[in-house]
Amino acid sequence: MSTVRSWLRGAGIAATALAAFLGSAGLGASQAQAQGTIKVGILHSLSGTMAISETTLKDVMLMLIEEQNKKGGLLGKKLEAVVVDPASNWPLFAEKAKELINVDHVAAVFGCWTSVSRKSVLPVFKETDNILFYPVQYEGEESERNVFYTGAAPNQQAIPAVDYLMANDKVKRWVLAGTDYVYPRTTNKILEAYLKSKGVAAEDIMINYTPFGHSDWQNIVAEIKKFGSAGKKTAVVSTINGDANVPFYKELGNQGIKATDIPVVAFSVGEEELAGIDTKPLVGHLAAWNYFESVKSPVNTAFIKTWHDFTKKPNRTTNDPMEAAYIGFNMWIKAVQKAGTVDQDKVIDALVGVAVPNLTGGLSTMMPNHHITKPVLIGEVKADGQFNVVWSTPGTVVANEWSPYLEGSKDLIADWRAPMSCGNFNVKTGKCGGAN
Amino acid sequence: MKSVRRLLLALAIGLLIVPAASRADDAPDPYSGLASQSFEDIAQAITTLAASGNPQAAPTIAALQNETLFVTPDQALLIKTDDGYTNARTGEKVADVVEDDLANVRVNNAVRRAIEAASGALDLVSPDPATRLRAAAQVFTSRDPTSLPLLGAALAKETNAQVRTALLQAQAAAQLASNAGSEADQLSAVATLLARGDIEAKSLLGSLHDNPQAVLAKATAAIASIERMERLWSLAQGLFYGLSLGSVLLLAAAGLAITFGVMGVINMAHGEMVMLGAYTTYVVQSAIAAAAPGLMGFSLMFAVPAAFLVSGLIGVLIERTLIRFLYGRPLETLLATWGLSLVLQQAVRTIFGSSNRDVTTPGWMSGSDAVMGLTITYNRLYIIAFAVVVIGLLMAVLRYTALGLRMRAVTQNRRMASAMGIRTPWIDALTFGLGSGVAGMAGVALSQIDNVSPNLGQSYIIDSFMVVVFGGVGNLWGTVVSALTLGIVNKFLEPFAGAVLGKIVVLVALILFIQRKPRGMFPLKGRAVEQ
Repeated sequence: MSTVRSWLRGAGIAATALAAFLGSAGLGASQAQAQGTIKVGILHSLSGTMAISETTLKDVMLMLIEEQNKKGGLLGKKLEAVVVDPASNWPLFAEKAKELINVDHVAAVFGCWTSVSRKSVLPVFKETDNILFYPVQYEGEESERNVFYTGAAPNQQAIPAVDYLMANDKVKRWVLAGTDYVYPRTTNKILEAYLKSKGVAAEDIMINYTPFGHSDWQNIVAEIKKFGSAGKKTAVVSTINGDANVPFYKELGNQGIKATDIPVVAFSVGEEELAGIDTKPLVGHLAAWNYFESVKSPVNTAFIKTWHDFTKKPNRTTNDPMEAAYIGFNMWIKAVQKAGTVDQDKVIDALVGVAVPNLTGGLSTMMPNHHITKPVLIGEVKADGQFNVVWSTPGTVVANEWSPYLEGSKDLIADWRAPMSCGNFNVKTGKCGGAN
Repeated sequence: MKSVRRLLLALAIGLLIVPAASRADDAPDPYSGLASQSFEDIAQAITTLAASGNPQAAPTIAALQNETLFVTPDQALLIKTDDGYTNARTGEKVADVVEDDLANVRVNNAVRRAIEAASGALDLVSPDPATRLRAAAQVFTSRDPTSLPLLGAALAKETNAQVRTALLQAQAAAQLASNAGSEADQLSAVATLLARGDIEAKSLLGSLHDNPQAVLAKATAAIASIERMERLWSLAQGLFYGLSLGSVLLLAAAGLAITFGVMGVINMAHGEMVMLGAYTTYVVQSAIAAAAPGLMGFSLMFAVPAAFLVSGLIGVLIERTLIRFLYGRPLETLLATWGLSLVLQQAVRTIFGSSNRDVTTPGWMSGSDAVMGLTITYNRLYIIAFAVVVIGLLMAVLRYTALGLRMRAVTQNRRMASAMGIRTPWIDALTFGLGSGVAGMAGVALSQIDNVSPNLGQSYIIDSFMVVVFGGVGNLWGTVVSALTLGIVNKFLEPFAGAVLGKIVVLVALILFIQRKPRGMFPLKGRAVEQ
């Protein structure tokens, strides 16, 4: 607080300093404007276990802000990034979010990666009525007024991937392997219900959970091999997260399981994760995303060039959450321009219906459920660590934030436009407030 | 420029016409299928091409496998070689290629399967027995009925017994899967597969349904018999998994057994020493790749001493600058070394970046071999051997060298050792350096099975302490037995309890054990302990 105070005094703006003393959140937006810059919060872990993934998103946000400032900023003012480090520590996410909103008075926050970090900051955003852009694919089953989800919901990633394998590889037997936390568990629950609805028998589905950072995959891979030897074409649907992937794929390669025998389709493995693996034994394994670096489109080529110039690393990869961050940022810019102010209430309303180009050459639109429309792409790993897109949806897919395959959520819809303004409207009871 | 392009166009058209005209039959041209956008057409084209007997078929399919087959906008196919492009149809050189216009021939898993089947069929008659063996294995997995005549021809002149067996198995697989041949033939094919008796054979037998009743019945019996053998072998397999996990734990804990076990320093930065060893491997490999790529296969031989030195020197540095001020104050040591571990992690993250580094596994360490009913993966086998060597060396150093003697003297009775003229501070530094160096060597091994990331050490620190405490502090043999026990128990629990619950069960059991025997399995006895 004291550094903020002295800095403000140094700037000689006594009135704002007084307001900062009060620490009132509601005044945040107007203050930032008064100082001639609009502050944007970046809430990504720069240390700890999640730094591996989140540091990239911090960099991409800094790049987008710099680019926007080159174009003349926003509403005639420059954008200013406020970067904090929640250090992969979930309660710290909430503290740092509070700091961004109450102390730095940011106009919007871009951040979080894991679902648990998002859940941790939710109360803060509700209480202060600020805006969070969440750029990572997640398990769905949520829609909040203050959060805009620019990553994929399960039906924009998992279900099309399963459909692809069923249609193209004639897969009849499924291994659902995941890390033991909320995203894989919910996704697998949805997938299990979906597969059963497609006539897959219970004994043809094997579900396996492993702890974070699991590194000894010998008997699990052997078990998958055994499960796949029952005479029916088998595939693995992997929601294995982060660090556990490298030893998993290494073990697959060592035990001689090739993509042509048992393909693995992953939802958390992108270009960034593959950068740490010798990819030759993995050629042909799949990933489902809404963007791949190898996608050929003029916007993507330009984006990659800007990224390389910004980071000064000509080999640095791009990935799907980066595209989601890009879309989210551009949507916010467009909504602020539409509303003519950074006032959060007005921007939240203005965001619904905003459409911006995505990097695959189409348009993504913010829907009333605060999720965006996206194309779904299936890519196969190539020897150089990039993905070769082998299938894509003909158009964009609208997110099902509440899965129609789960008992508790199939009657729910979200629509944040007036007059409904509800994130969990029950169409059966006609009331807002979830399944009961 | 214009004339060159015209010439090229004429050439391309000429190439399109000549092979079509020179062939008598009217079969669809497989090459145009390769240029298609549909995976099905491409896969079909590969099969036709392989069966066509065209001398250009083998190089074209090989190029497709290596991702060096390209389509030009006017549907001509080019193979990229070290010195320019050649035409896939004729093998002639093509000059003046606009690289930006080229697109890779599309490949997916279905196409890849077709490639494997085709190259398997083509290589069946290769003069090299190793290639023939691989080709037979490929046909076995592809079960492609079109390769049956080729298999017959290959079998007729095969002299190598090993390749012959593989060819017979491939023939059996292709016959059964396509329901070809007489019932007697198929029955003998089932017998061949039963003799093979592995998971692939079981998988194939399980997939049969259209074959004659007698064959199906025999297949079911064969599956049951294979499964009986499997259950028997799974015990031995579990033991191997347990030993391999145990050896990883042992390597990670060996250094800690010195710094914590012998010296009594609660070193929370131990995991980071392991991590530094892994990063040293990465640096050594990058240096070798840049300076002498021919030595890449031996990169780990260079990495082991380098990692020992790097981690060891940093260990000595840490002891001299930090830990020596904290002897006898375990809580402060714990906090200081924990802080140090964060500093080291962040330093590595700043220098090397937060993403994983790619450490390559040498060819001789990848893959696996089936020994009877066991699957032995080479990297695990080498790590077990490496653990044995490291522990052997460590024990030899402690037992037979002057340094080892002094280390034991200092840890058993510091004042007496000092009175005998031993410079105890230096021995402390060297002991800590030795422990850290061993951790660095463990890092080389772990770089082969785990992520090389700044967090590598964190995931092993808890396990390492567990191993040392369970084995009995200060006892290297205790550490060995404890690591192997934990590894084996863990791997036998995992299939029943799952990985998450298995870990919990092991932890709870350990807590109960420590309650009963607080000094671990093999406690040190005598006066030294009481001090």
